[in-house]
Amino acid sequence: MLLSLFANLLGKLSLKQLPHDPVTAVGASMIVAVPILLAILLTVTKRWKWLYREWLTTQDHKKIGIMYIIVAVAMGLRGLADVVLVRAQQALASGNSHGILNASHFQQIVSAHGTIMIFFVAMGLMFGIINLIVPLQIGSRDVAFPFLNATGFWLFFAGMALINVSLVIGDFAATGWLAYPPLSELAYSPTVGVDYWIWSLEIAGIGSLMAGVNFIATILKKRVKGMKLMLMPLFSWSVLGSMFLVVFAFPILTVTLTLLAFDRTFGMHFFTSSYGGNMMMYVNLIWAWGHPEVYILVLPAFGAYSEVVSAFARKRLFGYTSMVWAIWAIVVLSFIVWLHHFFTMGASPDVNAFFGIMTMIIAVPTGVKLFNWLFTLYKGKLNLKTPLYWFIAFVVVFTIGGMAGVLMAVPPLDFQFHNSLFLVAHFHMMIVSGVLFGYFAAITYWFPKFFGFKLNERLGRYAFWNWLIGFLLAFVPLYILGFMGATRRLDHYSASLGWQPLFIVAAIGVVFIIAGVVFQFLQLVVSIWQRNNEGMSHKDPWDGRTLEWSLPTPVPIYNFARLPIVSTRDAFMAIKKAKLIDNRPYEPIEIPKNTPLSILIALGAFLFGFAFVWHIWWLVVVGFITTVLSIIVRSMDEHPTRLLSAKQVEKMEQSYKEAAV
Amino acid sequence: MSKTKKRLGIVSFLVFAVLITAGVYLSHVNIPVLQPRGPIADKEFKLLVLIVSSMLIVAVPVFLLLAYVVWRYREDNPKRGKYEPDWEHSRWLEGLWWAIPAILITIVSVITWNASYALNPYLPLKSSNKAITIQVVSLNWKWLFIYPNQKIATINYFELPVNTPIHFYLTSDAPMNSFWLPQLSGQIFTMAGMQTQLYLAADSMGTYYGSSANISGVGFANMHFNAISVSSTSFKAWALSVKDKSPNLSMNEYMMLRQPSSIVKNVNYSYPVNCLFNTIINSYMMPVANGMGKVGV
Repeated sequence: MLLSLFANLLGKLSLKQLPHDPVTAVGASMIVAVPILLAILLTVTKRWKWLYREWLTTQDHKKIGIMYIIVAVAMGLRGLADVVLVRAQQALASGNSHGILNASHFQQIVSAHGTIMIFFVAMGLMFGIINLIVPLQIGSRDVAFPFLNATGFWLFFAGMALINVSLVIGDFAATGWLAYPPLSELAYSPTVGVDYWIWSLEIAGIGSLMAGVNFIATILKKRVKGMKLMLMPLFSWSVLGSMFLVVFAFPILTVTLTLLAFDRTFGMHFFTSSYGGNMMMYVNLIWAWGHPEVYILVLPAFGAYSEVVSAFARKRLFGYTSMVWAIWAIVVLSFIVWLHHFFTMGASPDVNAFFGIMTMIIAVPTGVKLFNWLFTLYKGKLNLKTPLYWFIAFVVVFTIGGMAGVLMAVPPLDFQFHNSLFLVAHFHMMIVSGVLFGYFAAITYWFPKFFGFKLNERLGRYAFWNWLIGFLLAFVPLYILGFMGATRRLDHYSASLGWQPLFIVAAIGVVFIIAGVVFQFLQLVVSIWQRNNEGMSHKDPWDGRTLEWSLPTPVPIYNFARLPIVSTRDAFMAIKKAKLIDNRPYEPIEIPKNTPLSILIALGAFLFGFAFVWHIWWLVVVGFITTVLSIIVRSMDEHPTRLLSAKQVEKMEQSYKEAAV
Repeated sequence: MSKTKKRLGIVSFLVFAVLITAGVYLSHVNIPVLQPRGPIADKEFKLLVLIVSSMLIVAVPVFLLLAYVVWRYREDNPKRGKYEPDWEHSRWLEGLWWAIPAILITIVSVITWNASYALNPYLPLKSSNKAITIQVVSLNWKWLFIYPNQKIATINYFELPVNTPIHFYLTSDAPMNSFWLPQLSGQIFTMAGMQTQLYLAADSMGTYYGSSANISGVGFANMHFNAISVSSTSFKAWALSVKDKSPNLSMNEYMMLRQPSSIVKNVNYSYPVNCLFNTIINSYMMPVANGMGKVGV
């Protein structure tokens, strides 16, 4: 009696849901071990209070930015571990050999790789860098809505936690990263895997929406006096474009996932094969979010490249106005191309041709950006450091990937490439070079701003070459495999097809990429080691052009003690050239108080999501109440900020000046 | 400088060696998309070549320009060009690279529009030979091919007479799949409760690999099939022998087939149930009240 009551309290959850096979067990124990190790470390060093005060409750956009990046790097390692398994499986599972994974497990890993890399690595790096840079670049003391911003981060964290819990308890979606119905419906995916996928993205997606709202308001309303929109650095412009896409696209994702959850949990029929459900509607909706999502990730990276190219060419950015218009052309066009993800669905030729042509038109503003970057380098004095290396690799890889993209924008050609490994090679070339390389360049470029020392150049270059060679080895064979008729997500293929040698080359590519990642970690460690060496520590190592470089390192909590005077582009360059010395008196500054409510809202959301996955209805209620109560408590708080007096600001500025180099 | 040259030498040697190895390997394997064996795949291949060459008009200048600016304007180049840190705008140059890609894309757009109509999968193929109808059903995890006029059905392979248009009607009695036969034509989705169509033909005899391009569950990797193109007379003989020698595809037999399982061998059936294809589609329209029971989900 008591036992059955207890079992009911746990919904579908039971001990049977713990991992049984060795590969998952290793992964699961890693997921469990990391938090335990961290907890022990915090206890031994007596840092719990520090963690709570400095990080968990912070409303400081710079700390939130760093937390985003830490989560993204950790998830990047998990995504990379997934890749190792996928590449090993496909290199081995030919003919009589069935490799190391069974089909369901392989498909879960493929799906997890895509989901994690897009939602928790690319998005995490992007929001991290945006948080760190945008307010500083536009001369603002804070973001527009610091509490919303912190809550957005913690919801992102909750989504990340949920997807990792799926490795320990239950399973993950084996449907591909976009979980097309009817495969993702209860009839064909009866386990909790798809539910984990839904709720993880639902929660993280709402977090992204919050961040989007916050940064639109920040950029439009918090720019320093004098910085007109057309004087704004290009990184901030591209973030504005990207955040508009977030605000328009993410609600579509939220609704689509909710409808799928209703199908699975309450037996509804939005996307089922029968009872009036329509799987094609899901495919349309998910790509109406999914295609803008690509540009959400790529635009800020384009912005980062613009900053990097200009700084390392030691020259103004060429064609600023063109660049801004190109961003907005991409923003608008990205919403009218989604159908190119399913030309093969049998739409009429005029519908297909329209979406194909719209897709190709995006190549025009993108091409304009490329030429403007190249002409920024032209007549420059190139400081050939790793950020510029990443940029050069980006131009080459992105152009090749882009040509493949134009090919697939022609509907009859897409019939031959859709869902083949050619497509897989194409979008990895776009996203890895356009997003990941961009954020690598951005991190190398902006690292000294926040930590006060440069990253080791030699190790950075080793990392670069390993990454580039590995990347080409991993993806050029995939183009050829696509021509050979190889489709994506295959856990096994027959030996007579002749695919195996190419899959082995791709697997070797991953070894090089791992070496690249190892060098990146070495680079970080060695750079910390050598941080006081001559030439390493710098306040403004690249002769920066934009306002973030005018600030002391570490950046004070209020960013600007005196708001900068801006009348041109490259505002800091102008200040340096004019040798302006600012002697205005300090003024009192309002800064947000720390609060644990952001993390409580996210905790409620996590419990809500987890409980929905396992049908633990009382916990759904608990999670819901936690979130709603936290929101109410926050809304009642009439004093969410505190005031630093002018004297306090002066004192803090003094100490920063002494600490600074 | 000599160190740089030495490095360049080693790198070019390595690249060259890799290219040679790849070339030798690729000349010994089958690359279906580049080796079309039917009019549709052939037109798709020619379109591919056309689009790639027009894309190179923009891509090659980008590569050359990149190599040139990086080499010429690097800081340690003694013969570096003039440094102009404030040069930021040229109406003429920017106009040029809005215009040239725009013109190029306009041309490619016209090609795209026409090609979309010309290679519309629903467009009947012109031929002096009468088209053969094959109904395709993707199941968990096998392909069922029904020849309604020949009164036969096959699993995971089908034969087709050479130089004869084949008219496919496709549906799914399982999750979404995509029917792809790269040497003969591009792909089209199969979806439960719905019908798509595809025309193709083979212009030489041979066995061609086909597969599903859309993930459909744990047996997905087994969703491949062979299309065997034979002469018109041997096709007729084959169809007759299948009809004579194979078991019936009754409704009971079909209900067994649609159970999740992978069949990796070829199977033949004769006399499939009347209107089986339409019954499968309709079962999703009225999932409760039909002869097949509650199959739709």
